Amino acid sequence: MSFLDYAPAPESRAILNLRDSYGLFIDGRFVDGRGTPFQTISPSSEERIAMIANANEADIDDAVGAARRAYDRVWSKMSGRDRGKYLFRIARLVQERARELAVAESLDNGKPIKESRDVDVPLVAAWFFYYAGWADKLDHAGLGADPRSLGVAAQVIPWNFPLLMLAWKIAPALAAGNTVVLKPAETTPLTALIFAEILQQADLPPGVVNIVTGAGDTGAALVAHEGVDKVAFTGSTAVGRAIAKQIAGTDKRATLELGGKAANIVFDDAPIDQAIEGIVNGIFFNQGHVCCAGSRLLVQENIHDEVVERLKTRLSTLRLGDPLDKNTDIGAINSREQLDRIRMLSDAGVEEGAERWSAPCEIPENGFWYAPTIFTNVQTSSRIAREEIFGPVLSVLTFRTPQEAIAKANNTPYGLSAGIWTDKGSRILAVADQLRAGVIWANTFNRFDPSSPFGGYKESGYGREGGRHGLAAYLSPAPIGRSAAQITAGRSGAQRPIEAADASAGASASKPKARTRRAGAAKKGAAK
Amino acid sequence: MSRLAVPKTYKLYIGGAFPRSESGRTYEVVAADGSFLANAAKASRKDARDAVVAARAGVSGWAGATAYNRGQVLYRIAEVLEGRRAQFVAEIEESEGVSRAVATAQVDEAIDRWVWYAGWADKFAQVAGNANPVAGPYFNISVPEPSGVIAIIAPQDSSLVGFVSALAPALVAGNSVVIVASERYPRSAISLAEVLATSDVPKGVVNVLTGSPAEIAPWLASHADVNAIDLVGAGALDWVSLEIDAADTLKRVLRPENGPDAAAPALGRITAFTETKTVWHTKSLR
Repeated sequence: MSFLDYAPAPESRAILNLRDSYGLFIDGRFVDGRGTPFQTISPSSEERIAMIANANEADIDDAVGAARRAYDRVWSKMSGRDRGKYLFRIARLVQERARELAVAESLDNGKPIKESRDVDVPLVAAWFFYYAGWADKLDHAGLGADPRSLGVAAQVIPWNFPLLMLAWKIAPALAAGNTVVLKPAETTPLTALIFAEILQQADLPPGVVNIVTGAGDTGAALVAHEGVDKVAFTGSTAVGRAIAKQIAGTDKRATLELGGKAANIVFDDAPIDQAIEGIVNGIFFNQGHVCCAGSRLLVQENIHDEVVERLKTRLSTLRLGDPLDKNTDIGAINSREQLDRIRMLSDAGVEEGAERWSAPCEIPENGFWYAPTIFTNVQTSSRIAREEIFGPVLSVLTFRTPQEAIAKANNTPYGLSAGIWTDKGSRILAVADQLRAGVIWANTFNRFDPSSPFGGYKESGYGREGGRHGLAAYLSPAPIGRSAAQITAGRSGAQRPIEAADASAGASASKPKARTRRAGAAKKGAAK
Repeated sequence: MSRLAVPKTYKLYIGGAFPRSESGRTYEVVAADGSFLANAAKASRKDARDAVVAARAGVSGWAGATAYNRGQVLYRIAEVLEGRRAQFVAEIEESEGVSRAVATAQVDEAIDRWVWYAGWADKFAQVAGNANPVAGPYFNISVPEPSGVIAIIAPQDSSLVGFVSALAPALVAGNSVVIVASERYPRSAISLAEVLATSDVPKGVVNVLTGSPAEIAPWLASHADVNAIDLVGAGALDWVSLEIDAADTLKRVLRPENGPDAAAPALGRITAFTETKTVWHTKSLR
């Protein structure tokens, strides 16, 4: 037994009060789904946790209908102050049931309890607390006075931060006055369903939040439903692209939070101890199942060997195993499918000539596991330097000058996040200016806060979550001419010359043409 | 004795130069009464791609200029345009068949919109950005940055004010633009390009294509080096297909607007072509 061996310290599962099966949460109560139920398993043991209802199109229709009724009759008419009070209630209930939620999250997702307990769930409460306060202050959101909610929001979230992504989606939507139909990921529905119980405890009016479980086709049906006004999606760029195509030509607005291949840039004057911890946190936090993970380490050439050596030493001390053990650093890979993808891309890295090193650790017999892995001698053209692996795999590349680091960092279709490590403040700011990424961490990595906007450039998607920007994603300005504080109000008289020019231009050509996709939206409007 | 006029050849504006279409094609531009006005260049796919290359080359200089400098350049456009009001009024009278008063009002409005947007250049970041009070020892700030290369299908029912209303806001944040002019009224757009070329707007920052929007737009919508597309004037096109093409590279898309309020001045037209960047930095006394 070395100094690294600890006695097991598992968090108790006794705090859980799980049901054997869960229905869909529609209109304030649990109902049976009409699709074939599926089981959710623990990825660390492959044991069955519960049976989960599967929503088909008819169920989606019910959920969107419930959300629409709740929007029309209750939520859009409620004062911002009262909406805020419901959100404060939810924040408090999350705090009260924090340990239970953390245990359920680690059980269903496979992430270490120290992460679900110290990061995910506290941030969930913080997210609701932050947006609760916005609900009666929407005039200050930056869209002028009296901004409008959008209506029914369809929200589809991933499996890497199941409850946190739920909070990122639901909190701003409700604060802005929208109602919600949310679909959790197929492999991690558990905490969303416990959250539905919390909504019942909060006495949230029925239909304001509906939670429908199922796989990709359930999500696709939800996004496509013509009763939906807003789509918010976090997941792969491929699915985000498909959603953008699906909603083209409709009135639906979208926030897309997609993939990434973040560069973590380490200059030779970096505070090296912090940098090593930051690199480890950047890519091995949550088993690397993080869209903004620092998966490409760009290290200045003269300190490459030292950094890699120290990384290997540090990774050798990480403890992989039972997610519910309080000493665990690296939990389970979320699914067999994801494990296969990580293995496939890692093998591709070896085939392309990169050098693989994996931390020596014992892999449990059951469940899905992947040891923390570093690739050195990686070419910029290699698949492991270009494609999102979404696992505990770090690709190390080198650079000599800041300009080369910037060029390599930006050499990707993604643009979600980046890291900079140096003791020189002016260099941090200059490099941050030139990186094409939505979130830049300087001398830190993977920090999240409800007041801080998060989201990507380029093919990492569009829209922001968090902060005032995240609120604006669920609002539109008051109609032109109605509001005294409208940005363009002072200009309204200036429109007349164009009107005259327009009238003289004759009938403008075929306005409604090619709008078949709009027929649905028009019908919905008429039915209201 | 009347003097024989010297008509102008209307060409494209790409990378600071005025080339003909590489295809050699032109199309006839006629007045409201149907009489011949000019042979405008009919841009091809190759011209569109050349324009995107020029625009990409123009991004770093324009985006890297100080906001104060960009504001002055945009204001300079208004100044130079003001000095050439008579030319634009005459062109609009001929093209649109409107009275001098109506044409003058359109030119004046276009100039005033340049001034309005010029003033935003060093202010919009203050309004659209944020210092964020995160729960930890971090300095955290969000600022809007330009999206990059913007393709615009200009409003089709207006010679000048529609074109300016779509173009100006895209430039404020530091984007480069490839803009397809009104097919029916391309002359004001090319004349405006002459204004831009003499207003200290760096080459490549604005590229103007004339011709068939229906033909050119799909190449811009699907171009992988275009970051966003403004379909404000694409209402008569198959714009749904354009939006679907744009989704392949997850371009930011502004949908068509019709009527007199199309591309009305708004801060939202500036921020639509920006990306919010949030920078975290540790705070420590050590």
